[in-house]
Amino acid sequence: MAAAGLEAEGLSAGYGGARILDAVSFSVPAASRLAVLGRNGTGKTTLFATLMGQTRRHAGRIVVGGRDVTSLGSAARARAGLGYVPQTRNIFRSLTVEENLIAGLKGRSRSALGEAYAMFPRLFERRRHRGDRLSGGEQQMLSTARTLLGRPSVLLLDEPLEGLAPIICEELMAALTRQAEAGTMTIALVEQKLESALDFADSVLILERGRIAWAGSARQLRAEHHVIERLLAVGAFAEER
Amino acid sequence: MAWNGALPNIRAWPDAAGIGSIALTILAGYLVFPDDLALLARILATSLLVVSLDLLVGFCGIITLGQAALFGAGAYAAGIAAVRGLSEPFSLLAIGAAAGGLTGLVSGAIILRAHGLAQLVLSIAFAQLLAETANKASWLTGGSDGLSGIAPAPLFGEFRFDLLGRTGYLFSAAVLIAVLAVLRAIAGSPFGLLCRGIRADPVRVRAMGVSVYPALLKMYIISGIVAGVGGALSAITTQVVGLDSVGFDLSASALVMLVLGGAGSLYGALLGTVTFMLFQHFVSAENPFHWLTLVGVLLIAVVLIAPRGLAGAARTIASRLVARWHPQASR
Repeated sequence: MAAAGLEAEGLSAGYGGARILDAVSFSVPAASRLAVLGRNGTGKTTLFATLMGQTRRHAGRIVVGGRDVTSLGSAARARAGLGYVPQTRNIFRSLTVEENLIAGLKGRSRSALGEAYAMFPRLFERRRHRGDRLSGGEQQMLSTARTLLGRPSVLLLDEPLEGLAPIICEELMAALTRQAEAGTMTIALVEQKLESALDFADSVLILERGRIAWAGSARQLRAEHHVIERLLAVGAFAEER
Repeated sequence: MAWNGALPNIRAWPDAAGIGSIALTILAGYLVFPDDLALLARILATSLLVVSLDLLVGFCGIITLGQAALFGAGAYAAGIAAVRGLSEPFSLLAIGAAAGGLTGLVSGAIILRAHGLAQLVLSIAFAQLLAETANKASWLTGGSDGLSGIAPAPLFGEFRFDLLGRTGYLFSAAVLIAVLAVLRAIAGSPFGLLCRGIRADPVRVRAMGVSVYPALLKMYIISGIVAGVGGALSAITTQVVGLDSVGFDLSASALVMLVLGGAGSLYGALLGTVTFMLFQHFVSAENPFHWLTLVGVLLIAVVLIAPRGLAGAARTIASRLVARWHPQASR
């Protein structure tokens, strides 16, 4: 599947009666990289869950590759090209690494598993281990690899680096960067590690209380220290750079 | 082992060793218990019922107490066909499989609309409906007297279904092994693994682009086919079909056998069926008044000591032995 653009228009959503997202609109061109930033509880995870059809949508529309997917269920959105790696790492813990990957083949032959192992050689070493015997980093790799095997045109990654050792973070971000540079998919990620997110992304959205508080390029954001300080509460970032 | 660009050990035909062991055990049963082959054939037919239940309970997390409906549909369909002149054993199996699959489609379409306790109640209601239909349609099914007069033709035109049960046992064994081989392949396929994923978390599976209801319905039909084959085998080898083959007792016993053996691997279903039915046979012969009490005690002991069933306990012991003797392999 080729990379596809992603658009949200006036998106309001939440859980039950509670409204978490409020009139969020943005557009990500095909084959580009978006980072969604914001402090805890600003609606980042809800945004991705809403794009996947896993929350209650109050208003707005979602377009993937020019196709309006707003009325589709979660499974149909995935078939339309959305791939989602949630914060909870959606692996099946009772299955082995290899079984998890096979479950994500979506009609492809088993030889496609080689793509996952080439991307994350560590998974090959652990291929006979059950999901519940993997470290957090290995679970993240597995979840990402399984989603990528389905060849999504838009990949949504929710805090892929959370709780991972620095070396695993580097390994994971290197693999994602290779995918992004291949231009075969559009990648949007929610990330708390600001430097990693800005190194990776072309463009950035910052959410504040369920609304877009700032949007621009990663380069622009690096220059606007006051935005980082005010919206992300990361005072030391400018000095560190 | 580090990744070197080549994919080793991707087996096209999984679990050849497991199925080979079962074949050897069945052969040993033939040689060691030549006077009990009729009982052993009944155990093999019932194994298919419990294996079919494992596909739903162990793989998909569907709660059902009406699996006998699928088994009984296969048994009655094959029995009725045999009474009406079609006696070729493989044709009877095909009829049983079709009837079981169709019943699986209809019952699955209804039962899968509900979840949890409502699903359980629907499964019981559907099975009771079918049992009552079989009872009322006595002109077709023999009603409470049972359907008799089933006389299957000799297998391959050569081997008669004799009173000692030799042909019935070997025929049942061959069918069971073939079905198991197919089911293990399905269990290791993306579809089978996704069904296990549905059991763990349907929301995750939906996010992978899989519609849960059609996938479960597909598994229900496969389960119906397997149970239907088991029912047809039972009709062929015992040459009688009674209301007990669609009854609640059989559904409940099948679930007990599955819990005893351990759900989710197919092998556990086999182990549970063999253990339960042999225990039932020998203990009821020794103590006809209190054997059910002893079955209860056995079940409580297994559930408390080995909550993942006999197969789960065997796996745990095997992995501990491997860890002790080959620490590298277990890492």
